[in-house]
Amino acid sequence: MSIFEYAPAPESRAVVDIKESYGLFVNGEFTSGAGTAFKTVNPATEEVLAEVAEADASDVDRAVKAARKAYDKVWGPMPGRERAKYLYRIARIIQERSRELAVLETLDNGKPIKEARDVDVPTVAGHFFYYAGWADKLKHSGYGTTPLGVAGQVIPWNFPLLMLAWKVAPALACGNTVVLKPAETTPLTALLFAEICQQADLPPGVVNILTGAGETGRAIVEHPGVDKVAFTGSTDVGKAIARAVAGTDKRVTLELGGKAANIVFDDAPMDQAVEGIVNGIFFNQGHVCCAGSRLLVQESVADEVLERLKRRMATLRLGDPLDKNTDVGAINSAAQLARIRELSEAGEAEGAERWSAPCDLPSSGYWFAPTLFTGVSQAHRIAREEIFGPVLSVLTFRTPSEAVEKANNTPYGLSAGIWTEKGSRILDVAGRLRAGVVWANTFNKFDPTSPFGGYKESGYGREGGRHGLAAYLEGGQA
Amino acid sequence: MPTISTPGVGWDFSDVTRSDAALRRFLHGLPGVDQVGAEARAASLGTRSIKTTAKEQALDLAIRMVDLTTLEGQDTPGKVRALASKAMRPDPTDPTCPATAAVCVYPDLVGVAKDTLGGSGVNIAAVATAFPSGRAARDIKLADTQDAVEAGADEIDMVIDRGAFLSGRYLEVFEEIVAVREACTQGERSAHLKVIFETGELQTYDNVRRASWLAMMAGGHFIKTSTGKVQPAATLPVTMIMLEAVRDFREATGQMVGVKPAGGIRTAKDAIKYLVMVNEVAGPDWLDPDWFRFGASTLLNDLLMQRSKMRTGRYSGPDYVTLD
Repeated sequence: MSIFEYAPAPESRAVVDIKESYGLFVNGEFTSGAGTAFKTVNPATEEVLAEVAEADASDVDRAVKAARKAYDKVWGPMPGRERAKYLYRIARIIQERSRELAVLETLDNGKPIKEARDVDVPTVAGHFFYYAGWADKLKHSGYGTTPLGVAGQVIPWNFPLLMLAWKVAPALACGNTVVLKPAETTPLTALLFAEICQQADLPPGVVNILTGAGETGRAIVEHPGVDKVAFTGSTDVGKAIARAVAGTDKRVTLELGGKAANIVFDDAPMDQAVEGIVNGIFFNQGHVCCAGSRLLVQESVADEVLERLKRRMATLRLGDPLDKNTDVGAINSAAQLARIRELSEAGEAEGAERWSAPCDLPSSGYWFAPTLFTGVSQAHRIAREEIFGPVLSVLTFRTPSEAVEKANNTPYGLSAGIWTEKGSRILDVAGRLRAGVVWANTFNKFDPTSPFGGYKESGYGREGGRHGLAAYLEGGQA
Repeated sequence: MPTISTPGVGWDFSDVTRSDAALRRFLHGLPGVDQVGAEARAASLGTRSIKTTAKEQALDLAIRMVDLTTLEGQDTPGKVRALASKAMRPDPTDPTCPATAAVCVYPDLVGVAKDTLGGSGVNIAAVATAFPSGRAARDIKLADTQDAVEAGADEIDMVIDRGAFLSGRYLEVFEEIVAVREACTQGERSAHLKVIFETGELQTYDNVRRASWLAMMAGGHFIKTSTGKVQPAATLPVTMIMLEAVRDFREATGQMVGVKPAGGIRTAKDAIKYLVMVNEVAGPDWLDPDWFRFGASTLLNDLLMQRSKMRTGRYSGPDYVTLD
């Protein structure tokens, strides 16, 4: 055992004020929902945090009408430089209330406070700042300056506030208004964002937040008053959305699943590659659509890399997400935990060898130890299906061409990683990978200025950067 | 393709060190260091939050790891006596406060330090080999070393020939370290050897990794970042690269080598970041004054102030620790 064990260092919960129940945010006010209220829990403890209203079709209709009115009367006609002022104000309030947002995100999602504090919330503010800068410069975007109208946006539970920022910031910068549905397991930071909109005096109806599950999402997507649908989530739901909007004149962007290859060549910077593998699959408990869930390692260094990787995984600290020293938090829901377990069991049944980092799992809440599978072949389910959890499938390759073939041999194509000290190999391999984002000697790096999106079943359209404006302007046919 | 070096326990270096070309092939075959990734990892370890009982343990451990140092042209016997007294009893008001690991002085003052320290258990480290530049003929460097050992030094902090290293004459550097290590044994007495790289002059992390392996293969007991006379001196990422090197060297050979960051570590908060890094990169086996040291002059007082704050709940201020 270690000579000095780190004493508990919990971040204080006192900074957040969670209400017993929350309504829907429509037309600048919190109102009750017509559906059946549901509970959101802290996945680390299973403690109920709050009761949240469910929006039904009539609530969606109300929200879309409010958004339409705000678009026609206020937000659409407003000059870009005026819209920018609101976005800058929102960005600054996010920074001022960053600790509150981070703690709330950790409570509702289960992610380590270290990540909510150092990654999620700063990147959220970054997105608002970045797109605030575009609002009065759209004529330089290449996509014209005409907004689309009302955007219906449905986001997932893995980065609740960050996905909200990716959706809301460019939409508002371009002059659209939004009706957004956060995931049913993580609604609280979106509701706090609604308060921030009030604090920023954002005109009523520009941002509407409806809580609920799949049915609410469907009602938003299918509402005839919605001009644009933006979705981040599973490929199955993404396909259903694509079917639902087919034949309408709605514009769609989809950011779906992934099964990214993280390719480690034998001349990689080895210690940093190991960090990149860990960051690629264990960041946010692997609840990352672009997670590096397939490690492709050159056979000549496979043993060495695995030995180093296991040693490093053994130092990961799993536990109370509010503890500032926690590296791996809780799985977001019982349903997701069941899915991770099912796929891991399938991996064992199909003959792959399982190794989990030695760590004690808390007795309540949803937990899964960081795990890797060796002896995985391309035919195994764990090499093909998105696990969306802290589970790494390790495959080997012999030549760069084999690495590229295996990396591309998936229905997905969201991201990939390349680890080598040889610059020419980076350029060559990156050019042959069919993935929207290719990281070289790093992984899971996000920046507001960089476009993000997928190939194939990982979706279409880009979010972030100048490209992200295309999804919200008439001239940017997706 | 030269790749990783895990030759296995009991590995014999003679293959690698038989010629300049072989040594170069080996050192340049070590895996590269990605600067951005290494710095990001070091920074992330720096965000660990060490509180209450963990902090108390860390502060005492850090005090026990200090090589209390004075390396000035203006050093006098009086100054060294004061420093040695402080090393033995860093906090005169608290007998539970541990002593430091060593005092570190120039060779001509080793005798003075020895008179004060006697059998206290606090070691005497002497910088040698034409410290800090290392720009002297080899026989002078060896004489310098011999002098210090004969005067009673328990540990010799040598500098490598950075000129030779940067111009690729690795074998020359290697042979000089071997020669100095041999000079550390004088009759019955045998001093431990710390090898200073002056990482601020080596500049790249790849060079730091190569220098680390060079010094470990040559038999250095410790590898040390800096003289304190060149900026930047010790940094977290540089120390991390060296901790990775000693970890990998043990995997390869079964032998442990110590690490000493020196220069620029002034606060208890910084020292604790280093200890976290030792714990998580090299492993808890290195959390011991035999295997990790801080080369520092002002760090000790901040450690003492923080220690007294932990024990009394009050922050007493710089007038309550001794100046030396």
